[in-house]
Amino acid sequence: MIFQPAIIALLLSSAICVLALAASMPFAIEVIRRWDIKSGSERQLRLERRTYLFSTLLVFVLATQLASVLLFVFNAEKMSGMFVGAMCAVGTLNVNPYGFPALNAKIALFFLAAMWLAINYVDSRARDYPLVHIKYALLLLLAPLLAASAWIEAQFFLDLKADVITSCCGSLFSEDTKTLVAEASALAPLPAMILFYGAMGLAIGVSSFHWAHGGNGGRGRGGYAVALAAALGFAAAIAGILSFISLYIYEHPHHHCPFCVLKPEYGYQGYALYLPLFVATAAGLAAGAIRPFAHVASLHVIVPEVSRRLAAIASIGFLLTTAVATVMILNSNLVLL
Amino acid sequence: MKQWIEKQRYLIDFTLASLARRKTRNLGLLGVYILLVFVLASVALYTHALRIEAGKVLAASPEVILQRLVAGRHDLIPPGYIDRVGRIRGVQKKEGRLWGYYYDAVVKANYTFMVPNAGGVEKGEIVVGPALERSRGLAAGNGISFRSYSGKLHTFIVADVLPQASELVSADLVLMHEEDFRAFFDYPSGHFTDIALTVANPLEVRNVALKLSAALPDSRPILRDEVLRTYASIFDWREGIVLALLSAAILAFGILAWEKASGLSADEKREIGILKAIGWETGDIIKMKFWEGLLISLTAFLVGFVAAYLHVFYYAATLFEPVLKGWSVLYPRFQLTPHIDGLQVATLFFFTVFPYAAAVLVPIWKAAITDPDAVMRG
Amino acid sequence: MIELSGIRKAFNQGQHNEYWALNGIDLAIEANKVTALRGPSGSGKTTLLTLVGCLARPTEGRVRLKREDISGLPERFLTEIRRRTFGFIFQQFNLIKGLTALENIILPAYPTGQPRRELLERAETLLANLKLGHRRDAKVEWLSGGEQQRVAICRALINDPEAVIADEPTANLDTHLAKEFMAILEALAGEGRTILLTSHDPLVVESAVVDRVVDMRDGVIVDCG
Repeated sequence: MIFQPAIIALLLSSAICVLALAASMPFAIEVIRRWDIKSGSERQLRLERRTYLFSTLLVFVLATQLASVLLFVFNAEKMSGMFVGAMCAVGTLNVNPYGFPALNAKIALFFLAAMWLAINYVDSRARDYPLVHIKYALLLLLAPLLAASAWIEAQFFLDLKADVITSCCGSLFSEDTKTLVAEASALAPLPAMILFYGAMGLAIGVSSFHWAHGGNGGRGRGGYAVALAAALGFAAAIAGILSFISLYIYEHPHHHCPFCVLKPEYGYQGYALYLPLFVATAAGLAAGAIRPFAHVASLHVIVPEVSRRLAAIASIGFLLTTAVATVMILNSNLVLL
Repeated sequence: MKQWIEKQRYLIDFTLASLARRKTRNLGLLGVYILLVFVLASVALYTHALRIEAGKVLAASPEVILQRLVAGRHDLIPPGYIDRVGRIRGVQKKEGRLWGYYYDAVVKANYTFMVPNAGGVEKGEIVVGPALERSRGLAAGNGISFRSYSGKLHTFIVADVLPQASELVSADLVLMHEEDFRAFFDYPSGHFTDIALTVANPLEVRNVALKLSAALPDSRPILRDEVLRTYASIFDWREGIVLALLSAAILAFGILAWEKASGLSADEKREIGILKAIGWETGDIIKMKFWEGLLISLTAFLVGFVAAYLHVFYYAATLFEPVLKGWSVLYPRFQLTPHIDGLQVATLFFFTVFPYAAAVLVPIWKAAITDPDAVMRG
Repeated sequence: MIELSGIRKAFNQGQHNEYWALNGIDLAIEANKVTALRGPSGSGKTTLLTLVGCLARPTEGRVRLKREDISGLPERFLTEIRRRTFGFIFQQFNLIKGLTALENIILPAYPTGQPRRELLERAETLLANLKLGHRRDAKVEWLSGGEQQRVAICRALINDPEAVIADEPTANLDTHLAKEFMAILEALAGEGRTILLTSHDPLVVESAVVDRVVDMRDGVIVDCG
């Protein structure tokens, strides 16, 4: 393990999140077992007040996840100097097999927490809190995932050895390696561009349609469509960044790296690209997450309303991502096509 | 949206007024918070500046240094050894270097005597580093005598003093002519301390080192990148150790924040009760308290960080020098180049604001769930 | 306007000091009328006020506000209803020290996020109506008891509620001020607001302003008025 402040900070924050969630589990179980909205008993009052703690806690975990994804990449970037062959975050993440899984787990948790918060939000706006049982059951599922993510992260850091020779974005994203990421970056620019703009167009179109129909698009099934389009849009955007957007930013025909765009050398352009993408994807997925509950009596007005707003966020977010990517491509001196 | 913003403004207004009303109570916590940020930020800024400094120093040094080993110990390079290196692809230049240490009994300190490869120092003259200038009161044109290890006294004229820019390494440096150096240390002629090799392509460095080890089995190549990496991890490690030591302080701070947030005064409890009775919701109270925490955190962070910045870069980190530097007896009194690093600020934020937020989460909730009818029950 | 049926309310439920403050209350409070709850301390009248005013939930029984059952609603929604429907005047006034009269008055409207200028205008009008305009920027701790109560009344009215609830409003006032309060109460009733108050002050319960007096003892109603 390498003893480093940022690593300690990351491990510390994960540990606190896991502990906080673990400590609250018994209470979540009590909520599931004893909840009775009709009762006016003091216990029911206590349980209701406890729900405020859980939503605050989850907001805290979500914010921490988001911040720690950034810090994680940031730190990997910084540490690349310590590993032979590593020139950016990719190299550091490749030092041992836990690097990329740790990052992916963090991102996945961010999206899951966003979905939970969306469900929590619609539930707390309905007068009878219809989703309490489902919500806390989901929370029980989320807790082990959070712990697993923290465990992978810890493995990654504990297993970091400075004398490991690693491969960097040059080799990882080169055309002759056979991995999913390599496949994505090996996509020729033209099909990748078609995929990117197609998926983005689809995501924007579907979410705008859903938005325009007051969250009731496609006889209410629009929510699922938005989530699906958002997931697809996210994958296509990442593939697009790997295969051609990064090339335009670096103005280098073989530099496929999703992290270097975050570096000061490139004016932190990556943030302008990733931020709307993550927000839009989270909103889109959330629109899908709340959709199954639209048939609940007390939610059948609330779900479409919230769904509409989430679709609006997704639509604007994907539009922004596309616009930013397009501007970067147009401003680049590189000619790929 | 507009309503939402207006509402947040009301909450901020209210919490500001409420903070102002309980100045003394909040100032204590704020003071401790600022102190914590200050200490952590000083450590972070200082070690980072040292790292940068070391990088700068090494940037000018050769890519590979070749030492000869005898029985595993560093030994002199005998005559003809340089030629045995032969022609290696990628090596632009190879030259023998002469340097050594000298203990000055007068100021009880070690100096580094060195012969600059580019020459430039006349026979009988020396160029000294800023620390020597200070400790021995030297200036250009002065004469100074050193007693060599063989007991003879050698007198030199100070031709120049090295600039302050990279004081960390140049502080204790004494540059002299090759003949003076050999005479002073009784250095056998034709021998060198080590060999410096210049390699243009960074990707070739490793190959060059491999070939050197193969060609000269009794040699040890030292790569600049390795040194840099070692330095980086040493500084990181030192910073980490200090942070680990300070973690007790962070924990204490967390406990204090928890205490302060949960030990609401009767006054404050009554206030929250009133707010709830007149139509504020639990969520509103939590948001209000969130703003309070955010305001306190940002203030503490900003003040603490600025103070640390001044401390490190304008007051030469007076408080930490002995812990973090430890170079030699002659402490270089250097001015660090101001440098702020995004990762460092982010890490610092994690170390201070995150524990605070985690510590006050539960107490805030506890305060917010006060019964709305509590004020009526007396 | 408000109907209570079979209301029971327990404190410290399930513990050895369990105590039923209300024990089977059936009561209908009519709109646009002044209703007074009378009874010795400990008779449960304040607890009843908190249930009617959505400050608390009954342990058993139903509370209906304009035909809608609100007894099972979570606090979040009760608060919303309370903010819209009820204004409260507390026995101890319960103003927040350190804030000015005006700031205290607009506090209940903060969660609604209405523009500040509208709120201030409304607050000034309310203050002027109660002849307190000159004290608008005074810190509340510098106000006299009567002035404090008038600020509390203004605060109760800032969200323009249909009903005003007052808990022992004259307990901390001398006769002169109590009479003034009754005059204000009359004006409020004249505006068509429903008023519910608790008191054992004869000046209040025997006043002509009060339409109906409900007598309580030991958590039950003994005389429905």
